[in-house]
This record gives sequence, C-alpha cells and structure tokens, in this order.
Amino acid sequence: MAKKNNLELAVGLFVVLGLAALFLLALKVSDIASIGEDKGYRVTARFENIGGLKVRAPVTLGGVRIGRVVGIDLDPQRYEAVVILSIDPRYDHLPEDSSASILTSGLLGEQYVGLEPGGMDSALKNGSTLKLTQSALVLEKLIGRMLTNAVSGDPPPAKTP
Amino acid sequence: MSVIASPFDPASPGGDPLVTARGLSFHRGDRIIFQDVDLDIPRGRITAIMGPSGAGKTTLLRLISGQIRPDAGRIEVDGACIHELGRRELYHLRKRMGMLFQSGALFTDLSVFDNVAFPLREHTRLPDHLIRTLVLMKLESVGLRGARELMPAELSGGMARRVALARAIALDPMMILYDEPFAGQDPISMGVLIKLIRTLNDALGLTSIIVSHDVKETAAIADYLYLMSDGRVMEHGAPEALGRSTSPWVAQFMRALPDGPVSFHYPAPPYPADLLASAAA
Amino acid sequence: MIAALTRLGQSVLDPLARLGRANLFFLRLLGALSFLLQRPGLLVKQLHTVGVLSLPIILVSGLFVGMVLGLQGYANLVDFGATSSLGTVVALSLIRELGPVLTALLYAGRAGSALTAGIGLMKATEQLASMQMMAVDPFQRVLAPRFLAGFIAVPLLTGIFTAVGILGGYLVAVVQLGVDGGAFWAQMQAKVHFFTDVVNGVVFKSLAFGVAANWIALFEGYEAQPTSEGISLATTRTVVSTSLAVLGLDFLLTALMFGVW
Repeated sequence: MAKKNNLELAVGLFVVLGLAALFLLALKVSDIASIGEDKGYRVTARFENIGGLKVRAPVTLGGVRIGRVVGIDLDPQRYEAVVILSIDPRYDHLPEDSSASILTSGLLGEQYVGLEPGGMDSALKNGSTLKLTQSALVLEKLIGRMLTNAVSGDPPPAKTP
Repeated sequence: MSVIASPFDPASPGGDPLVTARGLSFHRGDRIIFQDVDLDIPRGRITAIMGPSGAGKTTLLRLISGQIRPDAGRIEVDGACIHELGRRELYHLRKRMGMLFQSGALFTDLSVFDNVAFPLREHTRLPDHLIRTLVLMKLESVGLRGARELMPAELSGGMARRVALARAIALDPMMILYDEPFAGQDPISMGVLIKLIRTLNDALGLTSIIVSHDVKETAAIADYLYLMSDGRVMEHGAPEALGRSTSPWVAQFMRALPDGPVSFHYPAPPYPADLLASAAA
Repeated sequence: MIAALTRLGQSVLDPLARLGRANLFFLRLLGALSFLLQRPGLLVKQLHTVGVLSLPIILVSGLFVGMVLGLQGYANLVDFGATSSLGTVVALSLIRELGPVLTALLYAGRAGSALTAGIGLMKATEQLASMQMMAVDPFQRVLAPRFLAGFIAVPLLTGIFTAVGILGGYLVAVVQLGVDGGAFWAQMQAKVHFFTDVVNGVVFKSLAFGVAANWIALFEGYEAQPTSEGISLATTRTVVSTSLAVLGLDFLLTALMFGVW
C-alpha cells in the first residue's frame, strides 16, 4: 500500500510542479501583471506619421513608464494617425497642454510615445486629446532633406587632405 | 455425473450441443482456412480439435469466441449466433467464456493475485475482502495460492498457464477454450495441466474445447475429437474409435508417423532431374 | 507492367488506408475517454509513467538549453551593447518555440517510444486479446488512460522545461556573465506578452503536440506487427513520425499565431 501512496504522491508533486511552472511563466516572465490592471484613462493623440509605433508600446514621461499604447487607427477624413494611449490613473495631474512625440529607444530600438509636460493647471482626463504632437522621424525623409540642403545650400566644407 | 459416464456414439458427439457451426467458411487473403465446416461441441464435455500446424485450429477458437467473423456459415454459442451479436451482447456472452491463450497472456504489470482479480474487479462491485477470498479459492484450485505475490516474469511457463487458468475461471464461466495448452511444457507441468483441465471440467460442470497437436496428451483427456486438415474436418469421434481408424491419414496423424498421405517431402521436381540440372549449369 | 502499376497504386492506397485507420482509432480513443470518470486511478498510474518518469530528462535538457541560449545570446548581443535584452531573447525563444518543440521531441523519445513498445508488447503477448476475451475493452482500460495522461503531461512538462530553461539563461547571464539582473527580468516582462506568447506558445502548442505525440505513439503500438521485429520497427516509427509531425505542426501553428497579420 505504501508503494501505491508513493506513486500518487509523485504524480501529485509532478502536477503541482507543472502548474507552478506555468504560473511562474505567467506572473514572473510575461506581462500578465499589467493586463489585469488596465484601469488607465484614455487619451487620444493625432500624428501625421507614427513610423513603426505598435500597439502595447510604452508611454513615458521623463523616461518613466506611465502607460502604453492601446489602439492605433487612421482618421479617414484628415488622413492622420489616431493613437489611443492608456495612462496609469496614478498620474492624473498631467497638464492638458502636454505634448506627445514618437521617439526611438537607441539607434535600432523600438518606438515609444514620449510626453513633455506643459504648463496649464487643468489636467488631462479620460477622453482628452493631446494637441501638440511631433511625428516619428522617418529616416528616408531625413536623408532626403539633407540631400536637398546639400544641393541648394552651401557646399559642405571641403575635407582637408 | 451420469452424462459423462454414458457411452458415446462414435459417429456423433451427442445431443444438446453448446456450440454448433454449420457451413463455416473462412479465408485469409487467397488462403482458405476453413471450407464448409460443420462442428458440434457437446455440453459438459472436453472436446479436442486437432490437426497439423497451420490447420487453422487457433482461428477456429477465435471464430467461436467472436474475435473474428466467418465469411460464410453460422456459429451458435448457447443458442446465440455469435457473429451477429452487437458489441454489448458479445461482451456479455464473453463473461461466460474463458480462454487460455498459448502464452498465458498474463498482464505483465500486475502480480499473480491482481491478474486473477482482474476480471472480478472489472465486472463486479464486490468488496475487497470478498475478492480476496475468491482469488485465493481460484489460485488454490490450480495449486498456486502461495505464488500470489509473484510477478508474471518470475513464473515458469507451466505456472503462468496455471495462473491464466485461474484467471479464466474467475467469473465461473460455462465454457473454456484452451489454445495449445500443452505446447512447450515439460512432462511434469504437462501432467499437472492434463489433470487440472479434467478436474476443473468435471468439478465446475464446464464445457471445454482444446485445440492442440499433442496427440497423446489430448487423446488422454478428450471425450470427443475432431481432426482437421486443409480446412476440412477429416474425421471425428471418440478417441478410442479414432485410434482404431483404418483411414491412412488418421492413422498417420494419431500415431505420429513421419510419412504417409501427408508426404515427408515438400512438393518438388523429381530429385534426379534437379541434381542433373545443377550439374549441367 | 501491370505489376508495376499495381505496386504504384498499392503504395498510394496503403498509406491512405493507414491514415483512415489512424482516424478511426482516434475516434474510438475519444469515445473511450469517458470510462476514466469511473476509474480515475488508472489515470494516476499512467501519469506516473509518462509524466513523472520523464521529469529528469526534461529538467536537465531545459537547464542546458537555457544556458546555451544565454551564452549564445550574450555573445551576439554584447556587440550591440544590448545585453540587457538577453532576458527577452532567452524567454521568447523558449516560450514560443524551443520549450514546446523540444519537450515534444524529448517526450516522443522517452515516453512515446515506451508507449508504443508497451502496447505492441501487450498485443504480441496476447494481453489485449485476452482482455477482450474477458469482456474488457482495451480502448477503455489500456489506451484511453495512457492518452489522457499524455495529453495532461505534455503541457506540464513544457511549462517545466521552459521555466527551467529561463532559469538556466538567468544563471549564465546574470550569475556568470554579470548582466544586470533587474534588466534581465524587467526587459523580459516588458516584451513577453501573456496571451500572444505564453498562452499561444506554451499552452496551445504543447496541447497540440501532446495530442499528436500520444496519438501516434498509441496507434503505432496498436498497429505493430506482433513480433519483436515489428515492435522495434514501430518504436522507431513513433519517434520519426512524432518528430516530423511536431515540426510540421509547429510551422503551421507559428504561421497562424505569430505570422504577419
């Protein structure tokens, strides 16, 4: 009988171990912790061009993560990108005239939304729209502009041999 | 029992058969195993089906137990046409049949005790102490009560077959099918098995069917014999009657002669011609 | 000429018939599962055989795979100064691909082959036939418990393999190579998504692989020629077919789950 109990015990341990591993993967490794708590308020920002911004990209202020992108859409009338941000309710005193820009972390990193606080007293709340936005830097356009400048403007200083 | 003691009519196995086969045919691929076979297995007796290897004896057991279906003909077991039963009825009927496989077919991951308890646990809701009593009774009847803790791998071939026999009678069946019970046994376990088959048959009022090619042992315990070859019943009757048979084939088989109607040689071109051909090449 | 055509036709028809038998086998297997409600004890015994006994190989392999990922990832990322995303690399490769796939392959080698050999042996020694003669359905008594146990064990083993692998990556990266531990976990948590990665990868993939691996193993055992040669052949076939099925399924599932949409 003891032998049978050992077998059942081993199986029980195995199942517990397996479930624990799955829980560990869910809680410690993945972002499930931030899924449940999506009670953030929604703010809309319109951009001419969002570059490579993706849903779930972080929203930061002063380098601190305060929320994330929850939706990206196109306004069919004005041909603008509409980005919906979810911002942690702990940060409910952001000035209404804050500006949003799409930035890149590092040279090859992913793109995220960076907020710059403004100076107004009234705060952003659910449904607000950010008026001041700066689009993503698109590398091709940047190079194109540099080339036009180089042709029309002063020639670049000649290199010393 | 008076029924067993009553003299046999050598031409017929006797009234009220438990199993009857009529016009039975079966083939595997192009090979004909049975062609229009008629059989009667009398109740309460030991009937042996004998024949050379490859005569389809094991196939016949599988047909009787409903593991395979005949291509033509009918097999009736206790009044029910076995190959027309649904799975539920077939399984119901099989609870009343035991089968002793050639290898014993014990469950290798269960002990001797658990093997014998297996059919009881699967088909009854008896409490543990009652199952224990029944298992010990069955094991005692095959003389292996002391071996109950052993695993099948620790048993000799003869012991494994006896355990399998105890398992086959666990549900008190009406009939037991024995597939080559004497094959590969030493003389002592052979003697034990012969005695067991006879005693169990008489004590439990069973009907036994033995499939075998061991002439001497089988003839010693069978009440009635069927000799089969080439898919047909060559001869049938009581053992003594067949022993006196004048048919050359029966005589060859019953006395185990090397040559006779069944030639010693596999069919071949004439011997000198064959040798000359190889010399010419 | 006719003979050649017959052979050609046979070589098409035989696998088709086999596929048909495999599907009927699967249906009978599913039909027999309800029997386990009456006899849960059978399941526990099989969980021990396929699950607990597979644990050592899963634990050791997971640890090594994770450590190798840590080393290789570090060697490549250090050139870009991006060693802080090592956690992401290790976790994503394990969760999305290596965990489920390698677990299924190891399972096929450790448990699948044993299942095939066990069933083949029961067939060869007439244990299945004698069970039928005792009016017990081998699908209910023998095959269904093994299938369900395998179906439960594979996702659990996958979870364990993946978790241990991430731990192995952590040991190499943080303990040995000095990557910042906080960044290792934080980057991982930021990039590994619960539904798209953990649920799709570890859970759905391993469930699909579990069905395939156990189905193939049991079918090969049930179809094996009842000789020692037939059983060894069937065992080999189980490992080969399961590996191919798992890798093929993995491509399909990856395209469905993580493909560009």
